[in-house]
Amino acid sequence: MDWINAIVQGALIGGLYALFAAGLSLMFGVMRLVNIAHGDLIVLAAYLALVVVDSLGLSPFVSLVVVVPAMFALGYVLQRGLLNFTLGGDILPPLLVTFGLSIIIQNALLEGFSADDQKLQAPGFETASIRITDQLAIGWFPAAVFLAAVVVIALLELLLYRTALGRAFRATSDDPDIARLYGVRNRHVFALATAISLAVISIAAIFLAVRTTFDPASGPARLIYAFEAVIIGGLGSLWGTLAGGVVLGIAQAIGAQLNPGWETLAGHVAFLIVLIVRPRGLFPKLAD
Amino acid sequence: MTLLATQGLTAFYGDFQALFGVDFAVGQGETVAVIGANGAGKSTLLRTISGLLPAPSEHVRYRGRAIGALPPADIVTLGIALVPEGRRLFPSLSVEENLLMGQQCGRKGPWHLDRVYRLFPMLRDRRRAAATSLSGGQQQMAAIGRALMTNPELLLCDEISLGLAPVIIRDVYAALPGIRGEGTTLVVVEQDINRALGVADRVYCLQEGRVTLEGRPADLTREQIKLAYFGI
Amino acid sequence: MAGAPQIPAYRIERSTRASRLALVGFAIAVALLSSLPFWGGEDDLGSIVEICYVLALAQCWNLLAGYAGLVSVGQQAFVGIGGYALFAFTILVGLPPIPAVVLSGVVAAILAFPTALVVFRLRGAYFAIGTWVVAEVFRGVMGQIPALGAGTGMSLPVAISRAVAESRVGREIVLYYTGLAIAIGTILMVFFWLRSRQGLALTAIRDSETAAGSVGVNGDRTKLAVYLIVALATGMIGALIYLEKLRISPDAAFDIIDWTADIIFIVVIGGIGSIEGPFLGALVFFGLRSLLADYGAWYMILLGAVAVIVMLRAPRGLWGLVSDRFEIQFFPVRRRVRLQ
Repeated sequence: MDWINAIVQGALIGGLYALFAAGLSLMFGVMRLVNIAHGDLIVLAAYLALVVVDSLGLSPFVSLVVVVPAMFALGYVLQRGLLNFTLGGDILPPLLVTFGLSIIIQNALLEGFSADDQKLQAPGFETASIRITDQLAIGWFPAAVFLAAVVVIALLELLLYRTALGRAFRATSDDPDIARLYGVRNRHVFALATAISLAVISIAAIFLAVRTTFDPASGPARLIYAFEAVIIGGLGSLWGTLAGGVVLGIAQAIGAQLNPGWETLAGHVAFLIVLIVRPRGLFPKLAD
Repeated sequence: MTLLATQGLTAFYGDFQALFGVDFAVGQGETVAVIGANGAGKSTLLRTISGLLPAPSEHVRYRGRAIGALPPADIVTLGIALVPEGRRLFPSLSVEENLLMGQQCGRKGPWHLDRVYRLFPMLRDRRRAAATSLSGGQQQMAAIGRALMTNPELLLCDEISLGLAPVIIRDVYAALPGIRGEGTTLVVVEQDINRALGVADRVYCLQEGRVTLEGRPADLTREQIKLAYFGI
Repeated sequence: MAGAPQIPAYRIERSTRASRLALVGFAIAVALLSSLPFWGGEDDLGSIVEICYVLALAQCWNLLAGYAGLVSVGQQAFVGIGGYALFAFTILVGLPPIPAVVLSGVVAAILAFPTALVVFRLRGAYFAIGTWVVAEVFRGVMGQIPALGAGTGMSLPVAISRAVAESRVGREIVLYYTGLAIAIGTILMVFFWLRSRQGLALTAIRDSETAAGSVGVNGDRTKLAVYLIVALATGMIGALIYLEKLRISPDAAFDIIDWTADIIFIVVIGGIGSIEGPFLGALVFFGLRSLLADYGAWYMILLGAVAVIVMLRAPRGLWGLVSDRFEIQFFPVRRRVRLQ
């Protein structure tokens, strides 16, 4: 049955949206910062992977070895060198600075790479599938991205709930002043949060680049998917974000089954419905 | 030996001046109480010393070193810990995780989890509970424990009796001798004058941001204290 | 005790010397601009119309974000709705174009109501992205309507542009005056709103919503009112823009760069939270554009970088720097008590 296949694929692709969203969720949780340039940073990571693949001849997934540390370092520098200065109470500076950053990144990529569509090749992987039953076949790719999402989120949860750094993240999220009082160096901790966020983004970027074409203007759509996954899932819960991604993926799959032009729109509609009916999301945790 | 001294300390909340040239000193091993009415500047004094509120560098000296302008994370690393007014435990963290936050500054010393649990046995039973699900008295003990986990030389206690029933206050204060016994220097801010006088070697009285009285409890009369406290 | 204290005689003053001068300057500018068709060229008319609607959009966004604290990155929704409403009213319903412009604004305001109900559930940056999603929804929906050109868009039939005026020059002039009227109307609307009690409420909410609430200011209702009236103005501007452009498509009408990013940069660089700011910002924007027209992406990078630097170093923009230094206000919205 086409429908079942489509929905299962959609649910698994939700893992990609959860990967987009996990970084956004972490940054908001730790420092209440929503990075409007988030989607553009995903695209930036994809272009970085492109350069690494082209110049070193690595396969896309192996390029992660270079891309992930590079994006981690970029995240640290970005937060410490720019975004830390926007924090401090007023909502306008972080919003407008990251908005400006978004425009700058998009146009810098345009200047550097032209507006052409790009894609990373992972031959065989993209289309291969496992046949489960007569009606149901699961693509390798959706399965892999969902698995990656589960692993990454499990690792993040481990970080948050079993390490001193994770305690520092949660304490800072609760009460930044008292956290400072107990030795948490905010500038450094915030920079680590962004660094981790960008490392997660780069994993998502590879999957994105393998799955579909991308160009300098692809960022905003990813931001919106990430944002929708976070809101549907509920603020403050990473597993909730995975659920949100799955719901979004399923909604898009249903939309696409009805009419190919309705895919993205169906996702937006699902988001709006959740916002109207359960504004705090499906699994909210943050007492905000 | 003087451990901490402020000289002409001023403090502002924006345009509002809260401290007007406060001279304050604590000797090593001493227990000093600071009393005063609401708004007198007691909490402000502690917040300034702990770095939450900025001050000119030379206005606060610790072991002779100017620390007024240092950030809170540096000051706790030097050995000054604050038990904040209102406890301010981290709601997302369990009791034990709150205590473990004391280790973030990396100071070595006699205080560790087991030791804190021996001082406050009821915390061990609730160690995995969400910190804010505890009763007021237990939260206060957890807050003190958290500060002790930083292995401080100087412990600043901001109104630890606030909002607690007298029986509970007695239990909380019962922990202080154990802390003093380690050689920890204590500054205790209190609205409850009798408690303060009962536990302190010396007492300061603040009124509207100024020191109005200072001395050993035995040397001060009720009249003097009333005058210094209320100003009438 | 002796008798009740004497309250000294006082007067509430609004205008300052600077504002009186500005009023004169404003009147002269309006007179000059009104007479432009008689002595200016066609290109001048087109440029002024563009400046007019950019300025009007900037004042609207400033009112929303700088005063009401509603940072929307989804105003392109109402530009697009206005444009499509115009096409719908003139082509499908057969209304004359200029009244259709006004009605398009009304449609935008009506659609802003359910939009607000949804997006007001979000706060801060999440509110911003929420407005963006709503704009995307409108874009998606418009792209599915065959009667209005679906995904590729459609052109305005010649008959309708003839209905504006018979000759091309005549059309230019009618659109010019309409644009001027909308711009001046929007600026005056913002000015008088801020001068009124609503405006005082808005400033109070901006400073402290809780405190404002304690003296009876209904924050939600005030913000909703601002959101609706801005949608009205934005819808009319959108209708005018597409009446002039003669061709509409979902991607163009709901484009975030043209109708939001550029506007945000203008307001931020000029000075958010002041009426004078957007004027200064528009000056910088058009100046940079004419200088760097050939440099495509570099122009946007520079604009973005300037906006980032201004936000970090001078959060109240260029006008903020000027007014802090010289303490002037051209649009008198504040009240002063003068004792006599």
